Amino acid sequence: MSVLEREMPAPPRKKGRLALYLDDDRRLGRTMLAPAVLYIVLLVGFPFLLALYYSVSDVTVGARELSFVGLENFRRALRNPTFLTALKNTFIFTIVSQIVVVVLAKALALAFMKEFRGKRLVRFLVLLPWVAPISLGAIGWLWTLDSVYSVINWTLRDLGLLAPGTWPIWLGQPTLAMASVVTVHVWRLLPLATVIILAGLTSIPQDLHDAAEMDGAGAFRHLFQVTVPLVLPIMLVAVLFGLVFTFTDMIVIYVLTRGGPFDTTQVLASYAYFTGIDGGDLAGGSAIALFLFPVLAAAAILILRLARRTEVT
Amino acid sequence: MAIVETRDIRKHFGEVRAVDGVSIATMDREFLVLLGPSGCGKTTLLRMIAGLERPTSGDILIGDQVVTELSPRERKTAMVFQSYALYPHMTVFNNIAFPLKAQGFPGGDIGRKVEWAASMFGIEKLLDRKPRALSGGERQRVALARAMVRDPSVFLLDEPLSNLDAKLRNSAREELQQFQRQVGTTTIYVTHDQVEAMGLGDRIAVMERGVVRQLGTPQEVYDDPADTFVAGFLGSPPMNLVDRQGEIVGFRPEKLLPKTVFQAQEGLIPLRFHVTRVENLGADRLIYGTLGDPFPDAKAIANLPYTLPGRIRPGEIHDFALREKDLRFFDRATGLKIPRNPAVERK
Repeated sequence: MSVLEREMPAPPRKKGRLALYLDDDRRLGRTMLAPAVLYIVLLVGFPFLLALYYSVSDVTVGARELSFVGLENFRRALRNPTFLTALKNTFIFTIVSQIVVVVLAKALALAFMKEFRGKRLVRFLVLLPWVAPISLGAIGWLWTLDSVYSVINWTLRDLGLLAPGTWPIWLGQPTLAMASVVTVHVWRLLPLATVIILAGLTSIPQDLHDAAEMDGAGAFRHLFQVTVPLVLPIMLVAVLFGLVFTFTDMIVIYVLTRGGPFDTTQVLASYAYFTGIDGGDLAGGSAIALFLFPVLAAAAILILRLARRTEVT
Repeated sequence: MAIVETRDIRKHFGEVRAVDGVSIATMDREFLVLLGPSGCGKTTLLRMIAGLERPTSGDILIGDQVVTELSPRERKTAMVFQSYALYPHMTVFNNIAFPLKAQGFPGGDIGRKVEWAASMFGIEKLLDRKPRALSGGERQRVALARAMVRDPSVFLLDEPLSNLDAKLRNSAREELQQFQRQVGTTTIYVTHDQVEAMGLGDRIAVMERGVVRQLGTPQEVYDDPADTFVAGFLGSPPMNLVDRQGEIVGFRPEKLLPKTVFQAQEGLIPLRFHVTRVENLGADRLIYGTLGDPFPDAKAIANLPYTLPGRIRPGEIHDFALREKDLRFFDRATGLKIPRNPAVERK
């Protein structure tokens, strides 16, 4: 090679097909979105359409053919007292546990804003339930609430706090069973809500707290007129997430009570499962499950609107 | 009214001495400016006076009463923050009414007082708006109205103009001063902007690294700086500081002028000025260069008003002069002013 040749810039190499492809934003974007879209279509969209189809049919497990029955399955569900109990329970569980979660999460988040010894350990412990698989957590609770070996009962007895002759059967008495289910939901959702609210609290500029203090606001006025209103939008996000989680959850019920005693803790998700899968009435189960849809759709719309609003401001 | 006093007040954050022994006292109805570069402790000092920060040691007095242990609400101080810190979820009315409600004023009084404060700053029409819908200048007025609505004994202002654009800042400065004179409330104002400090303050406390370097009227601080830091911090361009025989000699750029400008030759130090650079700033010309005897090879800046005729170009040597009485002397080791009659031995 002569000197002249060496000094000339190398001619641009032909780009490989892959490189060309990666340079095209539109095509690359589509490729990267594809797995998510595929996932939603296959595992969410298709089952949802199938449920819609089943709910207006008379399909059963093992049936080879099905026929259209209109809204008969929905009519049947609404006449069924167990369904009505399940509907009511779903709302009770969701609302009660969300109220408890918000109050406790707010308190915890406020505590975590302050510095104290062992803060990291406490934070780790509070977050633990969120990391644990829900089924394992629920099994743990099953043992804790066992009718014979309940660690709660034995501890209370040894401390002399349990009156003689009383022995609460946590999962066997209707009110206690409901309270137990709510407790487990709270235990599970508290970490997420705490973290979300904590994020909201830390995003409030310190100047605003200082201003409230300069303006002479006492602790209560400061909390309820400044801090709470400012975290309200983000708190709503936590509530909506918790709402969806609780509303659609059946693992806690399935592991702890199977809807019992006497269907007093039955919820829509568990009842749909027991009817459709265990009972083989796929059509009836689909119809029951679809009653979840309006509430979830409303929640989803609200979440999206909130997300957009927090983006703008 | 109120006099604010700090007695050997300190604030240490671990190893960092944010405020390291400050003793100053305002006068009644005074507009006192805390001036210094960022990180000099001026905001920490203000926050301690406000009660938002607890001093490591030392005492704070407001109106002869020790308030070191009192909360902000008990001190009756009001503060305007750099960010204005308006409550974003409340209307302007509720923002201004907030301190009144916190003090338990009856409803009717609140309405009247808010109207009065709003009219003071010309924001009556904005009362129904949220802070989000306000311009920077309007927010600043709301913050001021919120601070003054409850008749505080002391006003604390933390760089309240720094978020405004330059044009607005000038008019806001004027309004602020008028307003302070009108209500006559003792005011402590933190800024890093020397123009603001000179223009607003009855007195200026120049701070650096947690201590007050000098406390005096704008004139005193400018003309007679207590040390080389103050000399170098105030003025744009700052005072020329020149090494000479074991001491530092300082003179303001606007005092270094062509020899022909001076009428009397008495007490005049003539010197050669080797011009290296000329900056034309419109109203002023900044001449950069090196001096001849008695400050051989010292770099200096001269600030010539535009009205002064005569061409000066880089590379030229001109006859400049200084008046002896315009020279200031500083200790080379400590940087402190050496008080003495200006007497320069002529060679």
